Amino acid sequence: MTYLPFARHAGAAGLAALLMGAAPVALFAETPADTLVIAEAIDDIVSLDPGEAYEFSGLDLINNTYDGLVEINPTTLEMEPGLAESWSVGEDGMTYTFKMKAGITFSSGNPVTADAAAWSLQRAVKINKTPAFILNQFGWSAENVDSMITASGDTLTLKVDKPYAPTFLYNCLTAGVASILDAEVVKTHDVDGDMGGVWLNSNSAGSGAYTLKSFKPNEGYILEMRPGYWRGDAKLAKIFMMHVPEAATERLQLEKGDIDIARTLTPVELEGMAANADVKIQKDVGGQVYYLSFNQKNENYKNAKFLDAMRWAVDYQGMADTIMKGTVIPHQSFLPKGYLGALDDLPYSLDIEKAKALLAESGIAAPTVKLSVRNSADRMDVAQSIQNTFGQAGITVELDVGEGADQLKAYRARLHDATLQTWGPDYPDPNTNSSTFAENPDNSDEANNTGYLAWRNAYDPGAMTAESQAAVLERDPAKRVAMYAALQMKHRETSPFIVMFQQARNTGVRATVQNFYTGGAVDAAAYWLVTK
Amino acid sequence: MADTDLNDAAPSRAGRLAKQVGGTVFTLLITFIGLLAVPFFISRVVPTDPVMSILGARATQAQIDATRTALGLDRPMWEQFGIYVWNALQGDLGTSIRTKAPVIDEIARYFPATLELSTIATIIGMLVGVPAGILAATKPGSLFDQVVRLVGLMGYSMPVFWLGLMGLLIFYGQLGWVGGPGRLDAAYDMMMQFEVEAYTGMILIDTALNGRWDIFQNALSHIILPAALLGYLSMAYISRMTRSFMMNELGQEYITTARVKGMPEVRVIWVHALKNVMVPLITVVALSYSFLLEGAVLTETIFAWPGLGRYITDALLVADMPAVLGGTIVVGAVYIGINMFSDLLYRLVDPRAK
Repeated sequence: MTYLPFARHAGAAGLAALLMGAAPVALFAETPADTLVIAEAIDDIVSLDPGEAYEFSGLDLINNTYDGLVEINPTTLEMEPGLAESWSVGEDGMTYTFKMKAGITFSSGNPVTADAAAWSLQRAVKINKTPAFILNQFGWSAENVDSMITASGDTLTLKVDKPYAPTFLYNCLTAGVASILDAEVVKTHDVDGDMGGVWLNSNSAGSGAYTLKSFKPNEGYILEMRPGYWRGDAKLAKIFMMHVPEAATERLQLEKGDIDIARTLTPVELEGMAANADVKIQKDVGGQVYYLSFNQKNENYKNAKFLDAMRWAVDYQGMADTIMKGTVIPHQSFLPKGYLGALDDLPYSLDIEKAKALLAESGIAAPTVKLSVRNSADRMDVAQSIQNTFGQAGITVELDVGEGADQLKAYRARLHDATLQTWGPDYPDPNTNSSTFAENPDNSDEANNTGYLAWRNAYDPGAMTAESQAAVLERDPAKRVAMYAALQMKHRETSPFIVMFQQARNTGVRATVQNFYTGGAVDAAAYWLVTK
Repeated sequence: MADTDLNDAAPSRAGRLAKQVGGTVFTLLITFIGLLAVPFFISRVVPTDPVMSILGARATQAQIDATRTALGLDRPMWEQFGIYVWNALQGDLGTSIRTKAPVIDEIARYFPATLELSTIATIIGMLVGVPAGILAATKPGSLFDQVVRLVGLMGYSMPVFWLGLMGLLIFYGQLGWVGGPGRLDAAYDMMMQFEVEAYTGMILIDTALNGRWDIFQNALSHIILPAALLGYLSMAYISRMTRSFMMNELGQEYITTARVKGMPEVRVIWVHALKNVMVPLITVVALSYSFLLEGAVLTETIFAWPGLGRYITDALLVADMPAVLGGTIVVGAVYIGINMFSDLLYRLVDPRAK
């Protein structure tokens, strides 16, 4: 037994080493009082250039470092003046004049001017990155934008190619791509004509409540408060964002008090934390909608009674409560809650008898639906619930399970029979969803209009295409709202789409954290109002 | 052993050395070209399109074409490979498609985090695994042996994902003995970024060099759990291998001779037998070390550790090929480095290998 003393020593030494490292930690569990520590999966960030960023995490950052001419109030989610004090539209509906607010400065100290605003919008159009289409809808292109967007004194003039609904332009101006940049600063960082693109990936040059202090992709970022923010100084001096890809890890950190906000929680964590008084769950909605759609290349899906039968054979509320566990709310129209003109009513519910009767009326005997589903757990659960309730109504559902990317490819090529999908709006105006769900200018295979969900389902919405196009030109906001309401009703009653849910957001925050707003369906998160 | 004809003139010492060096350089060159070529061509034949992953589903054809040209993807594949090798030789591993930062800079950020973690893990694995294996081998079938084997088996078979979460739950969540995920607490992370001169990117070393023991302690409390977890996995492997090497060695005649001569058992085991076990053990430790350098993806994910394994995996998922290639090359180079280092160690411990 001569070796035992050695083992004992080694064990004791090991334990001592562990304790030496561990002992002081308990003292530092809390986050710094002037810093908001957020954990989130932020690996979606592609760019921090407002002209290029088009992902949720990047837009959250930009919302706190830049402002637009028109802003969305984070607490009410209503539109309000941003860097522009007032605006008006000319008689012809094609010329907009924005009067800039006086006395606002960028974080560099430079004044926010109409010139800077014009340059910023021109820049976004000229660099033509992914979100540029939001601005290009108004007839702007790299060639004409210098004459369409002009500045003079404190006035910015925007000319558009058609008399659009003014709300359409204002809504689009709240998007991240329309952020106003400190032109003088950005111009000095031009590399090979990128108009500062590379520099903006690790620096901010806006008028927002915070400035970007450090950014490490897939690791995190730090924002620092700037004094003199026009909406009132940020309450907390620093924002510390930490990339935490694993939800269970985030939950531990939140319960431990090492972070203040956890943004990537799943239903499992939410359930587990329900009893913890140190933590609260903040609920609101996101913009994504979940829908079923049916390819009308299959004649069955042109049968109105059959489509109706399926609408009554979906367990909307049951799925939202049990399978999705609060990550969605039932929602049955193509505009998400929070959007101009969105319909929140729920005309359909699970009614097997009604579905059976409608199926009998349809004259389709023993139909089979081949439903394409991506191979993730929650989608599979939803698909199986549909399989079950459709089955009760006499409709056989065969599940075709595959990779998300493969299924999307087949969907875009109109090769599916039926599919379970989600759609996220591209910008905060109803036209973003209306134009894709309810418009299809050319239903031929050759048109290859994959951007239109209606086309992907070989669905010709008939008069709705024109009605949706008219809604984007309607200058009376009240009339515009009514037009979208009518469109959504017609769409949900006649189209081969069954919108089922809208995304719900669950944010875990420490009990002391107040006033964190995620931006709902229409905007990005606001950090500057948060206290703790 | 190759017989040498005594009549042949033995090659001069310098000639032999030159031949050896030449051979090594040639092998290195071939290995590196292979290292560059295999992932490069695989990356070009997989169906994932990097352009689509940058631009998203809404991009217009003009945007797609412009990006394709900017990335050089419209050129012939051989030309692309040639350009890549030429740039790599000059230390330019390209620009990450996703983050638009130079790959070499990103690796310089991620690699030290991994190196720090896997070095500590390997030290833990070695310090525990080698003695445990040796002790188990001296009393095969004993309770100690059974325990070592069981613990080793658990290290092999339990999913690291589960172990990591359990470890966090117990030692961080419940007991509060160790720091949580990430390399530092938020407060220390900010100090580290703005107040500490970073020489190596390894926080423990940088803070020690700067005399910032407060940050050092916090970093240590964060690294100890993932390092212990990875150390456990490597310990499982090392202890099993040590045990079997040792068993083999203890059955040799020279051991019997030593024992018959009345040599103390401690000396027989820890001096005579251990010396001979060292050579294969070096290989085992080196292999386990190099495995940790790129194979710790799951641990890095759970512990929010910004390491190289996770960097390569994340990049792979979005078809960010410059990043994948760059990471692969670094990992490959480290493999080669560790191998050469263990070769060197052989020569030190085994005179016959000279």
